[in-house]
Amino acid sequence: MYEAVAFYFFSAITLGMFSVTVLSRNALYAMSSLAGGMVFISGFFFLLDAEFLGVVQIIVYSGAVMALYTFGMMFFDTTRDVQERITGKKTIYTLAILSALLIVIIVAAPLWGAHLEAIYPMGAASSNVQSLGLVMFTHYLIPFELSAVMLLVAMISGIVLVSRRMDSSITLSEEADLKEDL
Amino acid sequence: MITLTHYLVVVGFMFAIGLVGILRRKNLLMLFFSTEILLNAANVGFAAVSKFYMDLTGQMVAFFIIAVAASEVAVGLGLLVLWYKRTGSIDLDSLQIMKG
Repeated sequence: MYEAVAFYFFSAITLGMFSVTVLSRNALYAMSSLAGGMVFISGFFFLLDAEFLGVVQIIVYSGAVMALYTFGMMFFDTTRDVQERITGKKTIYTLAILSALLIVIIVAAPLWGAHLEAIYPMGAASSNVQSLGLVMFTHYLIPFELSAVMLLVAMISGIVLVSRRMDSSITLSEEADLKEDL
Repeated sequence: MITLTHYLVVVGFMFAIGLVGILRRKNLLMLFFSTEILLNAANVGFAAVSKFYMDLTGQMVAFFIIAVAASEVAVGLGLLVLWYKRTGSIDLDSLQIMKG
């Protein structure tokens, strides 16, 4: 009963928040509601006994990613409403809903067809964090290290792209050099 | 009693919202927001399957998806800031440089 109430509450509120994100004309409102939606998504994870994933969701998404967006939005003019030329609304909605349904069905189809066996079953005795760490540092060690390298590369590229010579534009000067060469 | 189907239906709705955003918005920042919604929907789906099949693989995949999303934001936002400095616009139509 308690689980059902929590599930319906979280699903209603996340879907509402994400709808505001998608439909809002103001970038600031969109970002705030996206941050709220991220926090409530972590509620799903806690319901699903994935405590570690829920904590990571709050720290990484609501903390790091939304802070990055906030810093990024300092470069843009966000006080104005977003001006957009939107054409063919009905086609867009039909296409989006149909293809989303199709993708979810395609991905979830093996669940109904075959009898799935757990490769790394959850240990009944140990906690979620413990069993997750055991699997991650034994079977998923190489993807883990690769994702660490990927995060490092992304961090360096972010620093290089944004912060080098903040007063002048890199691409414009390169384009000018290119034109001189031509 | 909440079953896997409940979760998958909600994930489907969430994914549809994200796709509507990607198809409808012309602002590149909004496209990034919609991408985050899509990734989150996939995460919830993986965690749900992971719970109802008592398998940790889904949670691992969701964990790596979060890492990918974080680096995607770092690189994408850097490129977006560069593009805004160059053209003064983050509209999707400003990316269209071929005339035809």
